[in-house]
Amino acid sequence: MSDYTNDRITLAHGGGGRLSRTLVEDVFLPVLGNDCLNRLNDSAVLNLPDKRIAFTTDSFVVDPLFFPGGDIGRLAVCGTVNDLAVMGAVPRYLSLGLIIEEGFELESLRSIIQSIKDAADEAGVTIVTGDTKVVARGQADGLYINTSGIGSIERDLPVHKGRVRSGDLLIVNAPLGQHGMAVITSREELGFKTTIKSDVAPLNGLIDEMLRVSENISAMRDATRGGLAGVLNEMADQGDVQIILDEIAIPVNEDVHIACDMLGFEAIHVANEGVLLAAVPPDEADRMISTMRLHPYGRHAAVIGEVGDKGRARVTMRTHIGTHRVIDVLSGEQLPRIC
Amino acid sequence: MCLAIPMKLIKIEGERGTVEAGGVQRQIGLQMTPDADIGDFLIIHAGFSIQRMEEKEALETLALFEEMERLA
Amino acid sequence: MTLKGEDAVYTAQRLAELINFEAANMPMAFMEVCGTHTMAIARNGIKSLLPECIRLISGPGCPVCVTSNEFLDKAIALAERSDVIICTFGDMIRVPGSRCSLEEQRGLGSDIRIVGSTLDALALADKNRDKDIVFLGIGFETTAPTVAAAIIEAYNKRLDNFSVLCAHKVMPQPMKALSESSLNIDGYILPGHVSAIIGEAPYSFLADDYNKACVISGFEPLDILESILRLVRQVRKGFFFIENQYVRVVKPQGNPTAQELLSQVFEPADAEWRGLGIIADSGLAIRDEYAQFDADKKYQISIAPPIEPPGCRCGEVLTGSITPDLCGLFGTSCTPMHPVGACMVSSEGSCAAHYRYTLRDA
Repeated sequence: MSDYTNDRITLAHGGGGRLSRTLVEDVFLPVLGNDCLNRLNDSAVLNLPDKRIAFTTDSFVVDPLFFPGGDIGRLAVCGTVNDLAVMGAVPRYLSLGLIIEEGFELESLRSIIQSIKDAADEAGVTIVTGDTKVVARGQADGLYINTSGIGSIERDLPVHKGRVRSGDLLIVNAPLGQHGMAVITSREELGFKTTIKSDVAPLNGLIDEMLRVSENISAMRDATRGGLAGVLNEMADQGDVQIILDEIAIPVNEDVHIACDMLGFEAIHVANEGVLLAAVPPDEADRMISTMRLHPYGRHAAVIGEVGDKGRARVTMRTHIGTHRVIDVLSGEQLPRIC
Repeated sequence: MCLAIPMKLIKIEGERGTVEAGGVQRQIGLQMTPDADIGDFLIIHAGFSIQRMEEKEALETLALFEEMERLA
Repeated sequence: MTLKGEDAVYTAQRLAELINFEAANMPMAFMEVCGTHTMAIARNGIKSLLPECIRLISGPGCPVCVTSNEFLDKAIALAERSDVIICTFGDMIRVPGSRCSLEEQRGLGSDIRIVGSTLDALALADKNRDKDIVFLGIGFETTAPTVAAAIIEAYNKRLDNFSVLCAHKVMPQPMKALSESSLNIDGYILPGHVSAIIGEAPYSFLADDYNKACVISGFEPLDILESILRLVRQVRKGFFFIENQYVRVVKPQGNPTAQELLSQVFEPADAEWRGLGIIADSGLAIRDEYAQFDADKKYQISIAPPIEPPGCRCGEVLTGSITPDLCGLFGTSCTPMHPVGACMVSSEGSCAAHYRYTLRDA
């Protein structure tokens, strides 16, 4: 019994008693600890340099918890950091809420906490408050994480409004579909072995560089669930504009392309965790691309399309044989198919 | 009706084989192409190879096509 | 024949010009029987390259779409049993049965798994000997041999907790029915991967008895354009035969080993096609020697009479007698988000492809 308690999470770890305290002091604080978190107060008291802040929250559920290129911990930090950064905010503080299934291995938890720490360090954000709940076996699938984030808005930029303008060029920073395909092909039951790695990464450093080059980025989005097609359709709807993509300009790695073909997916519908889409004025696109390509997360930056006329919200794509077709949003999750 | 793509056979273990394309590997059933050899391109559908693709024939298509262009 | 970049654009344009030139304004209707062709045509905007005189009609080659409600209702009834794990290709999971879809049934607690191959289902059966694994066997001659191979393997390994709920179908028979219908089809784009198994001969009656142009086609957009050009040429010359554009994969005799697998495990049976009704010898039933792997026989499933959704015109869409937008439910109460009929569910279904890829307000 004592071994079990040493190696695995039990309901008592979430009970608020001695074991809860041990979990915090032995597992969380040694890795994540900082002046604010170490106080273990009921809430964090923060200093903010600016009056305007951006505030966001996101919950993370992924199967498997560890996938090629990352894990749920890195995902939970990067997802929230990116949501702040694409709005032009500087990500500063994160909260961390864990829901753990009874019996979860402590070693896995430690490893996830470490990658939370690493991702937070990379993004330059501090975890300032947290919470842990343990639920009985079968009531959750391993581990769920929620993070909320606060970012400071230091300058007034059009990107805060996120309205695209006719004539803007659309830029992505990295090949599409890496995250979604890394996760799905790592599921045992499909019997795949691939080189695909998730692109999960904090993009605030890259975005910082981009905002230094141009204050005229009119909109920026991270293309997570629903993929590129999802955010493009939202952009088109919000700005009431037509968006025209160029199929051959869209960066997709060969392994992702093949895996998509095998499962009947399209990469533009697959989730990303390190892909941003930016709309920039045409005369600034070249400079933007060359700046982005100097950053490790922007090496494959490319113009993939443009914003067309107002008044006809839809996304179309010029195919590789020169025809045009509509790009719709996905109805529900993409499922592997044989037909 | 039937999604299938060409992949290269890189390993044979009895009725099972491993195929590869662009860094993606998958285990498949070889029951429909029992004489497939390592290095062959197989057409994979639902986890089985349904036919061997011959490069000669692939090239023939292209040749036919070029001929069609010339005649036009 | 995957050309890249401007080569592909140029070649597509060239093929389109040739099609236009050779068709010379003569009205022609071609049916792409196969759902994957329907998808490829939609995904690549191929219709926009064709002259007005050429009409492409989508046929009944989406296995999910032609599967009857009765089959789905049986699958759901099996899923309700706590000793059963249902294994299915992802295609089936959202298709509405009479009362609910497999996805909704999974939400109610049934164990329903999506697999990419019968091999995955066999592995699951091996690992879970205390459970019954029922695989939903849908698809045509391309997919049926993979199920035959799995049944033989289960037989050899004595995996008696594995069985198949079988709705496999064969292609030539419904094409006979379509050729006799009032559709006035001039020719068929024949399914490439079905043909890889069955070869050229099973279609020859289409050319010989019905004067239909026939081209077995690959799935790249340029393959399809080339096939359409060949169809146009057959029609213009009035000389009909089974032409093979997809020689890199399809051999004249097909795949004899796969054909043997099929006849070892299955025998011809009448089958119900959504929209087409019951067609003699158009289905594959599991032979008595393998009856222990036939879920229908193993479980003697009884279900209430299936209910068809009112207003749904999937049947007419499947037979090409109407285009999806002529159905009163299309785009209003029947959308990919809330499909009423099967043709809207499967991404290769005519309605879903039409909804997703057509320039709706163009």
